Amino acid sequence: MSAPIVVFCIGNPSRGDDALGPACARRLEAWIAAQHLSERIEVIEDFQLNIEHALDLQGRAAAIFVDAGCVGAAHVPPFDFYPIGPVDRRTHSTHALPPEGVLHVLSRLPEMPVPPAWVLCIRGAAFELGAGLSPKAEGHLTAAFAFLTEQVLRAAPDTWPACRPAGAQR
Amino acid sequence: MNDMLETAGTPAGLRRVAIDPVSRVEGHGKVTLLLDADDRVHQVRLHIVEFRGFEAFIRGRPYWEVPVIVQRLCGICPVSHHLAAAKAMDVIVGARRLTPTAEKLRRLMHYGQMLQSHALHFFHLSSPDLLFGFDSDAARRNIVGVVEAHPEIARQGILLRKFGQEVIRVTAGKRVHGTGAVPGGMNKSLAPEERDALLKEVYQVVAWARDAVHLIQRLHQADAAYYAQFGAVPSALFSLVGPAGALDFYQGTLRVRDADGTLRHEGVRDADYAGLIAEEVKPWSYMKFPFLRALGPADGWYKVGPLARIQNCDAIPTPLAERERRAFVDDAGGRPLHAPLAYHWARMIEMLHAAETIKDLLHDDALLGDERMTGGDRVREGIGIIEAPRGTLIHHYQVDDDDLVSMANLIVSTTHNNEAMNRAIREVARRELNGRTLTEGLLNHIEVAIRAFDPCLSCATHALGKMPLQLELYDAEGTCVAQLARGAA
Repeated sequence: MSAPIVVFCIGNPSRGDDALGPACARRLEAWIAAQHLSERIEVIEDFQLNIEHALDLQGRAAAIFVDAGCVGAAHVPPFDFYPIGPVDRRTHSTHALPPEGVLHVLSRLPEMPVPPAWVLCIRGAAFELGAGLSPKAEGHLTAAFAFLTEQVLRAAPDTWPACRPAGAQR
Repeated sequence: MNDMLETAGTPAGLRRVAIDPVSRVEGHGKVTLLLDADDRVHQVRLHIVEFRGFEAFIRGRPYWEVPVIVQRLCGICPVSHHLAAAKAMDVIVGARRLTPTAEKLRRLMHYGQMLQSHALHFFHLSSPDLLFGFDSDAARRNIVGVVEAHPEIARQGILLRKFGQEVIRVTAGKRVHGTGAVPGGMNKSLAPEERDALLKEVYQVVAWARDAVHLIQRLHQADAAYYAQFGAVPSALFSLVGPAGALDFYQGTLRVRDADGTLRHEGVRDADYAGLIAEEVKPWSYMKFPFLRALGPADGWYKVGPLARIQNCDAIPTPLAERERRAFVDDAGGRPLHAPLAYHWARMIEMLHAAETIKDLLHDDALLGDERMTGGDRVREGIGIIEAPRGTLIHHYQVDDDDLVSMANLIVSTTHNNEAMNRAIREVARRELNGRTLTEGLLNHIEVAIRAFDPCLSCATHALGKMPLQLELYDAEGTCVAQLARGAA
């Protein structure tokens, strides 16, 4: 039986601030263990989202996608938390899908309802191979993690608040 | 002829078109074309814009960390780097021959990787082009379009990849960043319940993989002349082969065939790879250009990957895939095929072989054994070569007396194919773009040729909003007259 809430933490721990997702996963796993919430919340960590992650959404009550963001006003610091739905977003992309694309793949599979889903986009700055998290990104992660654990994961998914910093656009 | 398009004779006055980055390949690539006022093509280049720093990243680390840390080089084939590094470090710790349990566990992991990677490439990245046509509506030409138009094919693709990922999880210990392979062996056996769970699914996986071979075979044969000439560039074929020349993705000696199929090099040990190939640097690309020393940089370039492997081996040691290999060879009329689109057919035959091999391994009780580690006299240098999904992957390390890596040289599959990809897109440009007004569909022909090789251009950085695709059109004076961006925020 899957936990009702799944949190995807996406990123490469050796690519500078792309490690925001994996770093969030580490903190979240420790927090879930300490709070005895493993039956309610599952963390899935991966380098990037792909088609099979649609199957990880099967039977969930809610999903959160945690990833680093770095471009433009859409991803202003320290973090951005907002609901998403299936979007037929035509990404040129690589092998990876955006969170909305994963939901869209699921929506097209028979008898697989799409759960409510949110993105937690944490602002990063530098993404060089071999670099660790930048001090700025560490600060953004601390703020995002506090919000995620104190205002989101303790509450029922239908009451989760969006948290859009001033200037955020989508 | 098409190698003439590498560098324009008189670039002044030509306009530049850039496909930046190339879509649906792993990582960052850029194609630039120089055209004259009549749209005739004078120069075509595939640039790799983010492929650097790996060796520096590894130097100074303890050798036992390397099989784990190298997985972070790539978000798509981490298992290949994990195993190539582990093989090199086996040499360092004197483990010349692994225990049967360790070798079979590694093979299971590796063939799981081959299965999931090939499924992803075919169903997710390439089937949209092949099912809908290269010039079809770009809004439909993607995996979501496949899900809508061919839901069963898309579902099978997703589940095939999912199965391969599960094989990796149970052998590597984790879905990503696994630690299964260690210098000298494996740190985990398969549990009986893990084996039984995989056995329940593997027969369906074999059946779906066989269906996939027949799907691409039908597509290929429905337009055989076009598939055979699209971007075709004859070259040598380079791969590992196992005992008696059988297809083997994990272990073997290096074999090279000339473009006409004649054997050129046979039985070259992995430790002797540097005597076989060298690398040339060109000023316009970060990626090097490997070549066979015996033929030199001008003529010694070669292809690796499924098309090379299927035609380099003498047989495939599983019955269904061997039957499909024979059909492939017969279809080609006994001469090697050099068309990039034939990669897809070869790739699906390999996926079927991977599924059959996984099935056979799951019936082998050695997977459940406890003897997983071996060792011997420590040495300072180790080389590990495997056949990764995209082709031959070479890891070469030197380790100092403090157990720290002092030298690392990685030659990845995509680097081997660098010249072949460049020549293929020049061939496509010469045949299909020359003198025609460029459209998105026509430019996609270039991308189709690149994608057939399944290049991995090193990018696990995928943060939200990165990787925009930008197409810029310059006039003869160098002024940007049109710009098109798609994809990212």
